[in-house]
Amino acid sequence: MRHQTAISDYLLESQLFLGRAVATMILVIVLIGILIVRLIDLQIVNHHHFSTRSQANQVQLQALPPTRGLIFDRNGEILAQNLPTFSLELIPDQIPDLDTTLHDLAALITLTESDLDRFHKQLNPSRGFRKIALRFRLTDEEVARFSVNRHRFPGVDVHARLTREYPKGELTSHVIGYVGRINVEELERIDPSDYSGTSHIGKTGIEKTYEDILHGDVGVQHVETNALGRTLQVLKQTAPTRGNHLHLTLDIHLQEDATTALGDFNGSVIALHIPSGGILAMVSKPTFDTNLFVNGIDHATYQALNTSADKPLFNRSLFGQYPPGSTIKPMVGLAGLQLGIIDSAQRHFCPGFFMLPGKDHKYRDWKKQGHAAVNLDAAITQSCDVYFYKLGLALGIDKMQDFLSGFGLGEPTGLDIVGEQSGLLPSRDWKRRVHNQPWFPGETLITAIGQGFMLTTPLQLARATAILAKRGEDVQPKIVRAIETPDHSRQETLMQPHHDQRVSATDKHWDEVIASMIHVVHGARGTARAIGVDAEYTIAGKTGTAQVFSIKQDEVYQPGEIVEKLRDHSLFIGFAPVDDPQIAVAVVVENGGSGSKVAAPIARRIMDRYLRNP
Amino acid sequence: MGMSFSTADGPQTHERGLLEGLHLDLPLLLGLLFVCGMGIIVLYSASGGDNALLLKQCIRIGIAFSVMVVVAQIPPHALLRWAPWFFLCGIVLLLTVLWLGHTGKGAQRWLDLGFVRFQPSEMMKIVVPMMTAWYLSRAPLPPRFAQLLIASLIILVPVLLIARQPDLGTSLLVACAGGFVLFLSGMSWRLILALGAVLSALAPVIWYRMLDYQKQRVLTFLNPESDPLGSGYHIIQSKIALGSGGLYGKGWMNGTQAQLEFLPERSTDFIFAVLGEEFGLNGILILLAAYLFIVMRGMYLATRAQTTFSRLLAGSLTLTFFVYVFVNTGMVSGLLPVVGVPLPLVSYGGTSIVTLMAGFGILMSIHTHRKLLHA
Repeated sequence: MRHQTAISDYLLESQLFLGRAVATMILVIVLIGILIVRLIDLQIVNHHHFSTRSQANQVQLQALPPTRGLIFDRNGEILAQNLPTFSLELIPDQIPDLDTTLHDLAALITLTESDLDRFHKQLNPSRGFRKIALRFRLTDEEVARFSVNRHRFPGVDVHARLTREYPKGELTSHVIGYVGRINVEELERIDPSDYSGTSHIGKTGIEKTYEDILHGDVGVQHVETNALGRTLQVLKQTAPTRGNHLHLTLDIHLQEDATTALGDFNGSVIALHIPSGGILAMVSKPTFDTNLFVNGIDHATYQALNTSADKPLFNRSLFGQYPPGSTIKPMVGLAGLQLGIIDSAQRHFCPGFFMLPGKDHKYRDWKKQGHAAVNLDAAITQSCDVYFYKLGLALGIDKMQDFLSGFGLGEPTGLDIVGEQSGLLPSRDWKRRVHNQPWFPGETLITAIGQGFMLTTPLQLARATAILAKRGEDVQPKIVRAIETPDHSRQETLMQPHHDQRVSATDKHWDEVIASMIHVVHGARGTARAIGVDAEYTIAGKTGTAQVFSIKQDEVYQPGEIVEKLRDHSLFIGFAPVDDPQIAVAVVVENGGSGSKVAAPIARRIMDRYLRNP
Repeated sequence: MGMSFSTADGPQTHERGLLEGLHLDLPLLLGLLFVCGMGIIVLYSASGGDNALLLKQCIRIGIAFSVMVVVAQIPPHALLRWAPWFFLCGIVLLLTVLWLGHTGKGAQRWLDLGFVRFQPSEMMKIVVPMMTAWYLSRAPLPPRFAQLLIASLIILVPVLLIARQPDLGTSLLVACAGGFVLFLSGMSWRLILALGAVLSALAPVIWYRMLDYQKQRVLTFLNPESDPLGSGYHIIQSKIALGSGGLYGKGWMNGTQAQLEFLPERSTDFIFAVLGEEFGLNGILILLAAYLFIVMRGMYLATRAQTTFSRLLAGSLTLTFFVYVFVNTGMVSGLLPVVGVPLPLVSYGGTSIVTLMAGFGILMSIHTHRKLLHA
């Protein structure tokens, strides 16, 4: 090939090349021209637009979470507070090898399976600089151990943050409730801007009811950040406003006493300040430590609490619905007197059972041999069932239901803690509606002694007792008595006495019924006479025993032979002092047996404690 | 044919200066030094004042200049003689890389020789135009159609091998380097237009053959805001950096986009945006002027070359350098899709700067080994 070609024309080739070189140089200059036009467009024409975007890049708004309001008892003792706790936080973007880091950290700090699970759940490969907590509540030792080794762990640091803490833990769990991480449902309900920066929200109890008041107002700061989101400097900020403090009517010492008094029993104790309706003590047992829930409870512990047969998470005071048993007899008796069905002196013979005319079903009295001839006072004092069977039959369900509703039975009490149950005050309408059946006379009988369909919560019993003590005046149970704003002004929230009459009866009838209730405690034959001994004040009360299961015909209830779970519930209601009623107490002891033996002494103990140093 | 006047060791009648003795061209050298110096200033800021990184880059620049000086000593006729052997070696190395690439995952570009890691595609940026120039210079210019076909084959084989790695950026640069030789050799304008038409017709086929990430780059180029946090992030942030720089810039070490790390790859492929942000349009114009000077000087040296081979090679190397500049600046300013091409002599990184300086070494050699016709 080489030898076939002609000799190159040097001049021609060099001219050809020069032409092409000039052409490429023109192209080069045109391209650079286009580039410069483009740059003028970016840097001169649209300079303002890009300056703004550059500014927006580096300045970011960060939420400053408010400090949650504190909760105090009536004497200023702290029941819920925010404590700085040390948590170990990781910034995954800055950690070269996450697995190794976690492994090495485990050598310094206790890491449980659930810590790691929770961490991995929050770990998603999203862009940006984000802290994820690995461990909460580090001990001082752990903080120290980590600090010494910190240089080995880039992207890992100890952070102090405020964590909700309940100093009285188990004592107040059912009243105060607890806060926990905001879940998906709650996220839909809340205003996200208010909660930006806040990770926790009230889940139960007062924490939930008063969430809006406790939460406070979020602050905001403009910070300069880099592309990873790391804060470089704060440009300006609006400080957050802390939440309002809550002052409760609850007396933590009374609460403690009531808890101790219940001993190992499950049940509920409620103490109500009669003049104001303020809750002095509200105990539900068994209980649990709310502090476990604040930073996420581990699965095993939660399972144990949730599946326990004793239901520790269940707030019996508000959600527990029990047959009131004989505790409603004073109210039924008052209905009989006021509606002219009975005369207080009139006696009825009690043979130990009652049979409806023309039926052979025996409605038993708790006392097998009967109470012989009893008037209303004896019937209340000794809790004769047959007397009330007859009274109930004479009253009829309609009048009885109407009169008892005056004491707030069958309706929510309106306490400022969410979710209370309304109990059940049965009526013809209710039976038709729910069971699609007519009302039977036998059901009237057992309703008159607080059995059958009737259900009440311990709180309803306490309120009914207070209404009784105030001779029919309304009592509104309330637990928060004042809200303290961040500028320390106090806003009282308790009901002002409004003398709203819910139950009307003549003074004579009130006197008679209340006298009978005094005889229950202080009389020689009263069912609760054991607690009346050496009392420095007068107590009016009534015991009750609620059947957990029914005894078959012709069988006798034998407490010893029945397993504990099926033993009767023991109840007591009472108020004191009678001449100037201050405290109303309702006690329900699950499977406690008879009301006189177990429930009444608990009430006495609480009354003593409160009335000696109110 | 070129053999007759490529020997440079004839009797020397001239007094030679030091630079001429070293076979260096002073204006080109000054242009290169100026760009490198500017690059170091910008890189210092882009790296956030990282002295260690700066030292590495200085060492690299030193090595690259040494390579340039060494290459400048090689007379063009030697390059002409070795061109086919270089080419053969290059093809074998590319095949080796591809072969080894099957065992590794993703793109395989490096050949690990144990003591040094070597990127064969990089050397093809010089070897392909050298081989093409060698082939075309064997016959009088302009080349005939058959010659152009064979020359195209010489270019296409390595280009396709590199594209298979896959390394789209380098394969395009190598194709350009070869293509420039064809263009400078005087292939007819009619043929150039016809080729352009064929290429546009083939565009859908090329699109179909592209890998997902390559397609993504093109799509992102067409509409970067469609995926602002994903693949569009680079280009959006670099436009913000340039635009917010304005005419005068935010000042050295004061670019928020760069210093606060919003701008990705600010020391490497996107360093041009740092320049624009901190020194404004003024800084950019100075750098572009320096680049234009280098290209002009390169083309001037090419026109002054005495053999067809050296002319074509010098012209092609100069224009390839310009392609680097334009593809990078075009990408950073959003004129072109994101292709991994560094800003020559400024971006942090090793291999390309050595190749570029070796190319300039060849240019200088071509110029300084001229036989004095009128002596």
